[in-house]
Amino acid sequence: MRIAHYLNQFFAGVGGEDAADAGPELRQEPVGPGRKLAASLAPEHEVVATIFCGDDHASTHPEFAAALVEQAREAGAELLIAGPAFTSGRYGLACARVVSAAAEAGMPALAAMHPENPGVAEVQGAPIVESGATAREMRPSLERLAAAARRLADGEELTAEDGRIGAVARRNRMADLNAAQRAVALVRDRLRGGSEATEIPLPSFDQVTPAAPLADPAAALIALVTEGGLVPAGNPDRLQSARATKWVRHSLEGRDSVAAGEFESVHGGFSTQWANAEPNRILPLDVAREMEREGAIGKLHTEYFGTTGNGTTVADARRFGLEWAAELRRAHIQAAILTAT
Amino acid sequence: MILCNLVSIAQRVGAPRIVPTRGIPYPAGDPSLGPDGERAWRRELLGQALTALSTAVEEPTVFAGASE
Repeated sequence: MRIAHYLNQFFAGVGGEDAADAGPELRQEPVGPGRKLAASLAPEHEVVATIFCGDDHASTHPEFAAALVEQAREAGAELLIAGPAFTSGRYGLACARVVSAAAEAGMPALAAMHPENPGVAEVQGAPIVESGATAREMRPSLERLAAAARRLADGEELTAEDGRIGAVARRNRMADLNAAQRAVALVRDRLRGGSEATEIPLPSFDQVTPAAPLADPAAALIALVTEGGLVPAGNPDRLQSARATKWVRHSLEGRDSVAAGEFESVHGGFSTQWANAEPNRILPLDVAREMEREGAIGKLHTEYFGTTGNGTTVADARRFGLEWAAELRRAHIQAAILTAT
Repeated sequence: MILCNLVSIAQRVGAPRIVPTRGIPYPAGDPSLGPDGERAWRRELLGQALTALSTAVEEPTVFAGASE
């Protein structure tokens, strides 16, 4: 089968964050990790095209996906593979959009990413196989992806044994046992301490109960918090630029803004040139202070909380959220404005 | 409430009050507007944030972002 392979600008060798705005493009050869993928799939299958796009461009221009799928088809592709995107959120989202667009256009497609990548939930109509968390696990991730691609090319259905993750479309088929027999078998298996098998996997959505609205922002205590990696210049707390395991807090007392040169972003998931030139783009203290002075905001909290939301595990992120909420409550803060990159 | 560019993800994880912004690297900015225009835009964005905070919601709700 002839295959098109989607990569982001980094893995396509175009550039790092400086090239994250790069538009969609096609090359008629395997590129970067695609070369290893092509070698694993040869000689039965051939990577005839690499399609790629900058992560920021892909995030803000969802129409890039259908355009690239069309170009891939014109280049002769019959199957589309995207990734592996590991835990990279923007890349995962881009892969999700590309394989969903392919499925929509009737082309078999397959993406690879880590189960915690937010892109997993965005894929529609195409299978996803699990990859490692970072590019250090490129080799096993590519091997799994290639094996799954072979099965897909043979017209087979991918299952958990192939490393399949994400939502699986329900299809009717004849079962050997009736529903009661199958249910009892599942219960017996579970009572024996066996698998958590189910015939109907349910999506795991967080249940978030919205807080009551503010009666009057002009009388409220409000905090600014961010996951944009904002730290005092020099990063004295050594906040991580990716896979953060901690958060930081810094005083805003006596400050009318977070000034360039005094604050910077250490976020490793996007180009920080805009944040560092004007840190209020990450933490909007300048206008918040103005609105506090004019009475539109009752009072701003005396400090901000920040972490880096880049490949951060859901478990750590949940812990940060709980800790922030507890701290804010203790300080009688009534609302928080979170900027997220 | 959350100011972010990836609105669909914020909705999916259940963020109750969402105000969309213009780019991943600058959630409270838009460098294309020039310094004065950008600051005015950010001010409007924060006004929308306050509107979101003072509105009752039952589920993830996307409020209008700031205009030019």
